[in-house]
Amino acid sequence: MVGSLVWNRDVISVLDFSKEDFEVLFSEALSMERYAKSKLDILGDKVLALAFFEPSTRTRLSFETAMLRLGGRVIGFSGAEATSMAKGENLADTIRMLDAYANAIVIRHSLEGAAKFAAEVAESPVINAGDGSQNHPTQAMLDLYTIWREFKVIDGLSIGILGDLRYARVVNSLVQALSYYRVRLHLISPELLRPRQELVEFMNSRGIRYDWTNDPYNVISDLDVLYVVRIQKERFPDPMEYERIKGAYKVNLKLIEGGKPNLIILHPLPRIDEIDFAVDNTPQARYFKQAGFGVPLRMALLRLVLGGGS
Amino acid sequence: MSGKSELIISKIRNGVVIDHIPAGRALLVLRLLGISGREGFRVALVMNVESRKLGTKDIVKIEGRELTKDELNLIALVAPTATVNMVRDYEVTSKFKVTMPNVVEGLLKCKNPKCITNQQREPVKSRFRLVSREPLKLVCDYCGTIHELSDIERSLGLV
Ligand SMILES: [Zn+2]
Repeated sequence: MVGSLVWNRDVISVLDFSKEDFEVLFSEALSMERYAKSKLDILGDKVLALAFFEPSTRTRLSFETAMLRLGGRVIGFSGAEATSMAKGENLADTIRMLDAYANAIVIRHSLEGAAKFAAEVAESPVINAGDGSQNHPTQAMLDLYTIWREFKVIDGLSIGILGDLRYARVVNSLVQALSYYRVRLHLISPELLRPRQELVEFMNSRGIRYDWTNDPYNVISDLDVLYVVRIQKERFPDPMEYERIKGAYKVNLKLIEGGKPNLIILHPLPRIDEIDFAVDNTPQARYFKQAGFGVPLRMALLRLVLGGGS
Repeated sequence: MSGKSELIISKIRNGVVIDHIPAGRALLVLRLLGISGREGFRVALVMNVESRKLGTKDIVKIEGRELTKDELNLIALVAPTATVNMVRDYEVTSKFKVTMPNVVEGLLKCKNPKCITNQQREPVKSRFRLVSREPLKLVCDYCGTIHELSDIERSLGLV
């Protein structure tokens, strides 16, 4: 454990952190793994507010579990409750209230920049658990941690990202996080879901080596990691467009047969139909293991953000 | 200023003369300064006159309105070549070339409808960071959306 190290800062975008920060986080998460099913009483005096203006199961539950395992307490709201609770109250006022109650605030919101704005309003640290299609930094940290746990290294890997490159915020944050490493990126998506100009310019400005294809079979043999994301139905401006494109890609046994023997498949979950159930039983499937790392990773993050002696 | 444009508009007494505006951008410059023409002070606008440096240029003269250097530097976004002459009692009291601001706050509207800065009920001002001068690119500090010159024109209501 890292002793008295405390970040005491907001977690809005992975770009607010350095490669060294990730290393600290990963080693902390590794030491948290053995407490993920028991308890480490270091945040007994702390309250974490979960402000989920947009519904979420996984992220919310893993933050909640992480906080409870660290001996802390959780308050907050989620989904429909958020609407009734706010009763027309604006985001700034809701955040000010939570700021008065809690030692840190985890926020998920459908508007882009909401977490950054909340961090400007709140004095306590704010952790972004997803804002619109922009950022999902703790998911990207978890993704990187999983890759690091599997390969012991991230530099030098060939990573394919398959799916909704346009609207999935995890893709944004993952590519940003990977920019700290020397990786080869293969972006795979239907034409309509190619990455946005912002992401393309980011990759160019960071000198990331990447290419794009619409067919995973073109690149599968080169990959160490295949990261799959679902099509973000809720972020499509036009529902007709979604209907045309849903089911456009599928990871199945035939696809992974063409991969390296040590290929791993990741997915932030939930999955719709982009990974065939038959893949779940293959040695390549790591998405449930990845989800399992969500608790120790967030324990590590909460400890770094909130302090708490070792 | 060239002799020719002096034929078109007379000297001002107190105010500011913005010269060497790329031809056709004078209206954008006025919008960036928050001047619609309805405020009451005198504004003279010359478009598409000959310029030794630029071929053709626009000139804007504003009388009776105090403008700070920060306000004036905003026009560098659309008129990076512009020079500003501050005039008092018919004399030029200072002269400078505009420099691009690194941050533009509260002036432009983000084009992303899902950006937090477009929520009227939140106490938040728009904020953009300059990421490229040529071609012009500003990035919304909240949602990361890239804005180019055409977006800025649209935001200022000129397209
Ligand atoms: Zn924005």
